[in-house]
Amino acid sequence: MFAYIVRRVAYAIPILIGVNLLTFYLFFVVNSPDDMARLHLGVKRVTPESIEKWKAERGYDKPLLYNAAVSGPPRLTNTIFFEKTVKLFGFDFGHSDDGRDISHDIQQRMTPSLAIAIPILLVGLLINITFAMLMAFFRGTYVDVSGVVLCVILMSISAMFYIIGGQVLLGKLLRLMPISGYDTGLDAIKFLVLPVVIGAISGIGAGSRMYRSFFLEEANKDFVRTARAKGLNESLVLFRHVLKNAMIPIVTGVVVVLPTLFMGSLLLESFFAIPGLGSYTIDAINRQDFAIVRAMVFLGSVLYILGLILVDIAYTMVDPRVRLS
Amino acid sequence: MNMPVILWTDALVFLLVAVVLAFALYTRRQPHLRAPWRHVLGSRLASASSVVLLAYVVIGLLDSLHYRVALENASDSTEVHYAVEVLSALDYLLGPLRTRTEKTYSAPFATHLYTRETVRQADGSQIREYPRLAWGGRHLNDPEADFSHDILVRTATAGLQAVLLCGLILVLLGVWLARRSQRTVGRAIGNILAQRTRTPLLIIWMTLCVLVLLFFLALNLATAYHVFGTDKVGQDVFYQTLKSIRTGLVIGTLTTLVMLPFAILMGILAGYARGWIDDLIQYLYTTLNSIPGVLLIAAAILMLQVYVTNHPENFETALERADIRLLFLCIILGITSWTGLCRLLRGESLKLRESEYIKAAVSLGVSHFKVISKHILPNVMHIVVITVVLDFSGLVLAEAVLSYVGVGVDPTMNSWGNMINSARLEMAREPVVWWSLLSAFLFMFTLVLAANLFSDAVRDAFDPRLRQR
Repeated sequence: MFAYIVRRVAYAIPILIGVNLLTFYLFFVVNSPDDMARLHLGVKRVTPESIEKWKAERGYDKPLLYNAAVSGPPRLTNTIFFEKTVKLFGFDFGHSDDGRDISHDIQQRMTPSLAIAIPILLVGLLINITFAMLMAFFRGTYVDVSGVVLCVILMSISAMFYIIGGQVLLGKLLRLMPISGYDTGLDAIKFLVLPVVIGAISGIGAGSRMYRSFFLEEANKDFVRTARAKGLNESLVLFRHVLKNAMIPIVTGVVVVLPTLFMGSLLLESFFAIPGLGSYTIDAINRQDFAIVRAMVFLGSVLYILGLILVDIAYTMVDPRVRLS
Repeated sequence: MNMPVILWTDALVFLLVAVVLAFALYTRRQPHLRAPWRHVLGSRLASASSVVLLAYVVIGLLDSLHYRVALENASDSTEVHYAVEVLSALDYLLGPLRTRTEKTYSAPFATHLYTRETVRQADGSQIREYPRLAWGGRHLNDPEADFSHDILVRTATAGLQAVLLCGLILVLLGVWLARRSQRTVGRAIGNILAQRTRTPLLIIWMTLCVLVLLFFLALNLATAYHVFGTDKVGQDVFYQTLKSIRTGLVIGTLTTLVMLPFAILMGILAGYARGWIDDLIQYLYTTLNSIPGVLLIAAAILMLQVYVTNHPENFETALERADIRLLFLCIILGITSWTGLCRLLRGESLKLRESEYIKAAVSLGVSHFKVISKHILPNVMHIVVITVVLDFSGLVLAEAVLSYVGVGVDPTMNSWGNMINSARLEMAREPVVWWSLLSAFLFMFTLVLAANLFSDAVRDAFDPRLRQR
């Protein structure tokens, strides 16, 4: 088990190197730092001096891969590639293009992100499993059919409509909760209710339908038929046999997204003005802050790979038949 | 003479149409391929939604025929100048909608502006009032008295026209069915109405009726009013939503077209060749997959923006600039979304590789290329079809989110994402401007719902696992 995890972590390294090479290529080779400077300073009134100044302030004035101007190891380290890309492996994200410390920002913004992502995940799971069980229990009847139709309808509505609709209906017309904003400590709760409700509702369509198919898949298996043949009543079969086995794909599906919860939700956070990592990313994209985007790409891929490793471990825990080798 | 303009996405759209037509013709002659499609069309929901989808496609295709109007020549020189604006066949048909702009916001079916303005009276005094619209309800002498009567007359006219056309369609369907099954037209129509046809023609006809009614309603009402109101700069919102259809369709379809060759080639190759090729391809898609999709798209779009700002000379018109961004968005969305299909195809080819008929083919000395093209490819096609159809609605929805994040289509391009994005601020206004959001919602929801229902039927028909149950 331990050896397996070590191997998986080792396997993650070439992938992270690939991610970094790709972002390095996109940000520094396809477009030179000169282009970035010109975009930031505006196209019209750009003097070569101001471009040089902009680059020097942010450390983009070094050579890309090999610095011939100095001697010794700095030949390789005093370069953009080393400064901006290799250092990411030590989780040293450096400074954003407007001079803020990215690592500090990320640490600060993680909590609000988790404060809405975790409740959404839990509430969503609860609703989806209940709804899916209901449909599976009444499978083939009009309850099931109308449930599936409702799911397809809910799936067909863009997340943006849920958010705007929820804000207008619950926040503006009914005045049940503040439309957007955030506060520290326990005061944050009243700001979190609306995004959590909307986040959970917008996931019902796709989630419940998927879980329903998991349940139905198990419900058609032989051991379930045996259980029924033994004379167990339907609800016992459903909770004891079907639910337990259908939890395997559900749990693994949840585990794989667990690490990415840190990244926050792009839409919800920016619509509700929650200072999490999702809104951080969107702001960076809108301000065209390449340093933050690069840091978030790296962080995102680390968390994704972490999710893949976790899901393998989770498999062995929820399903004793699976052995890692 | 007008100058036809073929944008990059136009060319690809028509290529796609050609591919689909070729595929359809090929399918017609292969009974084993025809059967699942029959099954799809046999489902009531799927056949109704395919009619809706077809209507969207027609609008989208009309909007893909672009041209630039030749300007009136003032001097005697023979050189022809063209307008900077690129129009489409749809713009031509919707001419009045496009040109009839108001000053600013006006509600659906309004005859007056949504905001008060200071108007100077004839005697020099000034009053604050809601001024009449320049176009909406212009033909009414006294809006308060005539409005409801006018709407009633126009709706009734539309209803009458729709009834006539629907009747005609029913008769034509009957004639077509009668010629195929050698019955009388009356019997054929009776069969349709009693749902005794293999394809649910009654459902198809009813969906058509709804569409025809909507068409005539639009024809009668939208020419005299702004049926979905006007936006901040006074442009007709109905026109904007109709124009947005093309953007949505292009994103939903071209993305798949772009990624398909890669996904098929890589997936089959990885599964068939195994060894280091498999490792390499797996590495490639795990790497691409591990980058958060939105961020990769953002990075690529930022790069494109830098390129476009630094090379303005390559793009003659604003639409061309917007178009290259749309194309680029499709490509980058394709790059982020091919991995799922690739993994599925790899798994399937790994399985097929061990099957007896492929082992037989290999031992008989058939070349690898032939094995892949003759034996593996046809046997994984159902996965490709299912994925393509399933991905469509997700991509249409993704466009809206990306536009909101600021890395979607060009802000000047008509798209549902841009409409929702601007509606976000309008919803915060007092009083609320809700019609942009409503019309984007209606059109997008209809398209995505139809696509979802259709793709469900396709999956049920093509997935052998599901069919056994």
